[in-house]
Amino acid sequence: MLHQISGSIAVAKAIALCRPQVIPCYPITPQTHIVEHLSTLVKSGQLQNCAYENVDSEFSSMSFCIGASAAGARTYTATASQGLLYMMEAVYNASGLALPIVMTLGNRSIGAPINIWNDHSDAMSARDAGWIQLFVESNQQAVDVHIQAFKLAEALSLPVMVNMDGFILTHAITRVDMPDQQQVDEFLPPFVPRQQLDTAAPLSIGAMVGPDAFTEVRYLAHHKQKEALSIIEQQAEEFAEIFGRDSGGLVKSYDAEEAELVIVTMGSVVGTLQELVAELRAQGQSVGILSLRSFRPFPALAICRLLQNAKQLIVFEKSFAVGMGGILASEVHMAVQSHKLQIHSVIGGLGGRTISKKSLHRMIEQAFNGTLAAEVFLDLDEATVEAELQRQQDDQTSGPAAENILRDMGVVSASKTH
Amino acid sequence: MSKCEQDMPTEQKVKFYQTGTFTVGNRLLDEEFRTVQATQERSNSIDSGHRACQGCGQALGARYALDAAMRATDNHIIAANATGCLEVFTTPYPETAWSIPWIHSLFGNAAAVVSGIAARLKAEGDTQTRVVAQGGDGGTTDIGLGCLSGMFDRNDDVLYICYDNGGYMNTGVQRSSATPGGARTATTMPVGEHPGSSFNTGKFLPSIAMAHEIPYVATASVHDLHDLERKVEKAMSFRGSRYIHINVPCPLGWGSEPALTIKLARMGVECGLVPLFEAESGELTASTKIRYQIPVEDYLKLQRRFSHVLKPANSDELEAIRALAQKNIRRFNLR
Amino acid sequence: MSKQQKPFAITLDVGSSHLNKTGSWRTMRPVYVDRLPPCNKACPSGENIQGWLSLTEEKKYRQAWELLTRDNPFPAIMGRVCYHPCESICNRGQLDLPVGINSVERFIGEQGLIHNWQFTAGQDSGKKVMIIGAGPAGLAAAYHLRCFGHQVTIFEAAEKPGGMLRYGIPKYRLPREKLRAEIYRIERMGVEIKLCHAVTDIDKTRDEGGFDAVLLCVGAQHSHMIEFDGEATIPVLDALKVLRDTEEERPNQLIGRVLVYGGGNSAMDVARTAIRMGAQDVTVISRNEAANMSAHPFEIQEAIEEGAEIRNLRSIRAINGNEITLELLKSSEIEQVGKPKTVKTGNYETLQADIVVLAIGQLLDEQLFQHTEVRLENQRLSIDDKMQTSQAGIFAAGDAVPSPRSVTHALGTGKKAARAIHAWLNQQVYQPAPQNEVASFDKMEPWYYSDALRTVQPHLDSIRRKNGFAEVVGDLDCEHGTYEARRCMSCGNCFECDNCYGICPDNAITKLGVGKGFEFKYDYCKGCGMCEAECPCGAITMLAEDI
Repeated sequence: MLHQISGSIAVAKAIALCRPQVIPCYPITPQTHIVEHLSTLVKSGQLQNCAYENVDSEFSSMSFCIGASAAGARTYTATASQGLLYMMEAVYNASGLALPIVMTLGNRSIGAPINIWNDHSDAMSARDAGWIQLFVESNQQAVDVHIQAFKLAEALSLPVMVNMDGFILTHAITRVDMPDQQQVDEFLPPFVPRQQLDTAAPLSIGAMVGPDAFTEVRYLAHHKQKEALSIIEQQAEEFAEIFGRDSGGLVKSYDAEEAELVIVTMGSVVGTLQELVAELRAQGQSVGILSLRSFRPFPALAICRLLQNAKQLIVFEKSFAVGMGGILASEVHMAVQSHKLQIHSVIGGLGGRTISKKSLHRMIEQAFNGTLAAEVFLDLDEATVEAELQRQQDDQTSGPAAENILRDMGVVSASKTH
Repeated sequence: MSKCEQDMPTEQKVKFYQTGTFTVGNRLLDEEFRTVQATQERSNSIDSGHRACQGCGQALGARYALDAAMRATDNHIIAANATGCLEVFTTPYPETAWSIPWIHSLFGNAAAVVSGIAARLKAEGDTQTRVVAQGGDGGTTDIGLGCLSGMFDRNDDVLYICYDNGGYMNTGVQRSSATPGGARTATTMPVGEHPGSSFNTGKFLPSIAMAHEIPYVATASVHDLHDLERKVEKAMSFRGSRYIHINVPCPLGWGSEPALTIKLARMGVECGLVPLFEAESGELTASTKIRYQIPVEDYLKLQRRFSHVLKPANSDELEAIRALAQKNIRRFNLR
Repeated sequence: MSKQQKPFAITLDVGSSHLNKTGSWRTMRPVYVDRLPPCNKACPSGENIQGWLSLTEEKKYRQAWELLTRDNPFPAIMGRVCYHPCESICNRGQLDLPVGINSVERFIGEQGLIHNWQFTAGQDSGKKVMIIGAGPAGLAAAYHLRCFGHQVTIFEAAEKPGGMLRYGIPKYRLPREKLRAEIYRIERMGVEIKLCHAVTDIDKTRDEGGFDAVLLCVGAQHSHMIEFDGEATIPVLDALKVLRDTEEERPNQLIGRVLVYGGGNSAMDVARTAIRMGAQDVTVISRNEAANMSAHPFEIQEAIEEGAEIRNLRSIRAINGNEITLELLKSSEIEQVGKPKTVKTGNYETLQADIVVLAIGQLLDEQLFQHTEVRLENQRLSIDDKMQTSQAGIFAAGDAVPSPRSVTHALGTGKKAARAIHAWLNQQVYQPAPQNEVASFDKMEPWYYSDALRTVQPHLDSIRRKNGFAEVVGDLDCEHGTYEARRCMSCGNCFECDNCYGICPDNAITKLGVGKGFEFKYDYCKGCGMCEAECPCGAITMLAEDI
């Protein structure tokens, strides 16, 4: 049934359709609307047999999930940014204990400087946490992928993190085809835990493992993620059969197979790129998009298969590893190293900076005319950077760079003179 | 009226249980009034083969508490554990010493993990199965305090048990906020102007728990099993958050003889440094009276962590410890 | 949930820690021991006091009586007249007050009389033993010998059996119906007591009766007497005669102002008897300080309560007419027989009396042994460690042999002699059972015993005591008897308190069930020693492992 609805409310409704039993939450922008709506659904009785708990921190929240999941509950929570960092110890623990928790990450930057807007820094901080990490391009996908996430988590006994861009998706009101309960029930059977704290069949969960078996435990976790590669694809097909939509899967190609220039990226920016690429292809340019819907497990083979004809890649991402460069770029690089491709790493949209169609267009043009550098920061204000670098050279004690830049821009008054 | 008399049912009072009244069992007592530990059928929540040090007070306290909780719930207990000695010595792969459903997640999150379990039971409508969380003093009073306070605030149906041995023993005896003033630890060595652990304003968790006005708070000691089991069973009779703080001597961290573990627990109580009391909804309701009061020095001298305190040069520290014992006796009405 | 589905290594099946045998850590091994309780050790008649107290605690009075009477056939008597060295040494005395063992013994004895519990003789051995003297030693020996199945005949010179129990201990301490009942119980076992039958020739009596062995329990029946300076016009009698006359209801001359000379229990018996006979006033003269008098403190206390005056540190110098001259003494630095020797001061006082009774010790009648090989030494029969005199086949016990002269010691020597005779009759050598290490207070953890005040036995008011020979000390009822028994700390012997089982941090002890005790699981015992430290009664010890 079609709804004109915000991304957060749509996700909350989708979660409710999945019949979760325990939802602990702690508020953080931009995830708040999801948990607010879920709390109302539980409190009003619309979502039954579910405990919604306002906990004291994200660390508590994920810990709460761990207990609930180990006790056999279908468990959900949502967070973002600093919240993810604050719960990080428990994030690693949840995957280590192989607990099928589903968590929405309303992707947001990480401070300092504190910033509430969208990028993928938070997701990247958890890339080695052992979770399955899925990215969605739209709110329709957000709804669909969350439904698949539970099934995937429970099939593998692994936690799944669904990444949706903060504000851009969470706060956007768009048309969403909401599934009905019957469809969801058909797709998602009741949770049967692989391990459960049960007085009838006691076991100890969370043993200490020494050097004698730790490598094997880690290897098995890696193996399980590799198994997920085929299960994700299978479940996307099952989903399509029941719901009549292509949603999820490992990767999504937008004319990437035939294109000479392929833009590899994740998340909502695919929407902007799709529009631009359609226009450019209409003008005869050989350009396509490869959207990663699964970041963990990393679908290296699927990427390679789609880049058979590509000559140039632009890896466009909303995060980077300071001191190294594009994270997705380096992973894609590793995946396609046998392809002899020219690869550009473009970083954009950090801390919520608008990614304009115009800038993207210029990036593509530069790639075609051979002027796109190997590492590019889209729309970087070079004058400001230069000025700050110059100041730092002049005065080793020039103060925090962020404040200086804002002062230069006239945002704060210059109370300090040099 | 002596303590034992209060605990005995009327027909068992006064005349008939002088022989070893405070022992684990007593062949003259009706079966139903003996401790859980006296029974052949006890659950042995932690069983043989665990790797606790010789004379570990925590291994004992945990079995006491969990077995009592098992009896109170007809064996429907799930337990969560903070990281620490208890977790490490019971569950090194490939062997677990627990005979009950048990989970360890992290150092600071036992209260939240167990709340999650309780939430699942609530969602299922399972009122029979009950949950217990356990942590050491570090995992409870320091790193785990946030989660614990949250659990208290939500009044989740959980019994949280802190086994207080006064320091981070698993990591090699460092100071925690429960380390007694003057005590030597690896991070509060007996050097400088104020040797040993500082006499801070205190972070006495039973009082903090009481401030949350949860249904039941109690302190207990491994030397008095009747008292300890009664408190656990009483705790299980409440719904909502309950907190029991058990003093457990640690031969390693205290520098004491393994054989003296229970004696030290007893002496800690009898000198006034370890007050035993109960509180309901934030109000003190009962104190376990000191039977034979002893000077704090008798207690301190059996522990190497206090050896410097007994030197004449450190009489200030000794005086401060004496004052604390007196304060406890006054404050908790221990005599 | 199949095993394969659980996560590898991080999720474990219960019970798996049993594979880890932590017993290999151990350097010291706990073992259960039985230590000798101080009361048992101190008991002159070798009773298993702790054992029968334990049965009393469980209200198994019959079994308690049976265990008690295995060593002492006179619980109702000894529960009254024993000076209970067991209580003086009782470990509970270091906690609050000793267990009132004697009062519980009496309680058990009374149960035996109330329920008419009887002894059974052993299977007939075909051997015959003659005993001279039906006092406590002779009767006790007769009992034990009957238990062994031997035929016993006792030859008693007096008209009634009991010896010192009858002729030395006044009725107010030992009602005669109790004495009669417990002696009769021994007669019912088949012991023949020939009364008014003084033996003059031991060998002849033995041979004529066809006896295989002889036991001499002749006691010390002659009072020690002293000649005083001066011309006395008042009677100077000996304590034994006075007490015997009283028992036989003959005039005992205890009238007017009675002066008793001596500080022992006989002196108190005479003084208290005199009070009951209506004497005008009674004065006891003792050479020692009050604290060093050989009478038991409670006897002195009760005598004073009844009106006797005790003058310490005095000796009689002369008796002229009815005037007694006393010399004042003082304690010196020199110790003699465990107390300060008293020396003369040269100061005197006088007082008047109508009768003087000497209670200054008893002697053996040596005449009987003149024509035998039985030898004497220091006025006692000389015996070996098998209770045999210097003449083969003739044994001796009671006050006649070297021992502290008390009824309890008499019972003890009687029992020991019976065992020795039994061995001798079987061509064996009597070997006393080896004794375990004593359960001293320092091996115990008294915290586990709750405060329990000693039960006070009812006492007759002093006014009533003066008017007759009614028994001064009363019985405990069942409740109080059981209570008092439960004050026993079971020193040195497991009383199944479950402490070791409960406090082992490694669950390394198996509880075998009621009456079966416990067993260490050495596979898991780490040897921490907590069980030893916390055993309330000290029934565990730690031994070094061979490493």
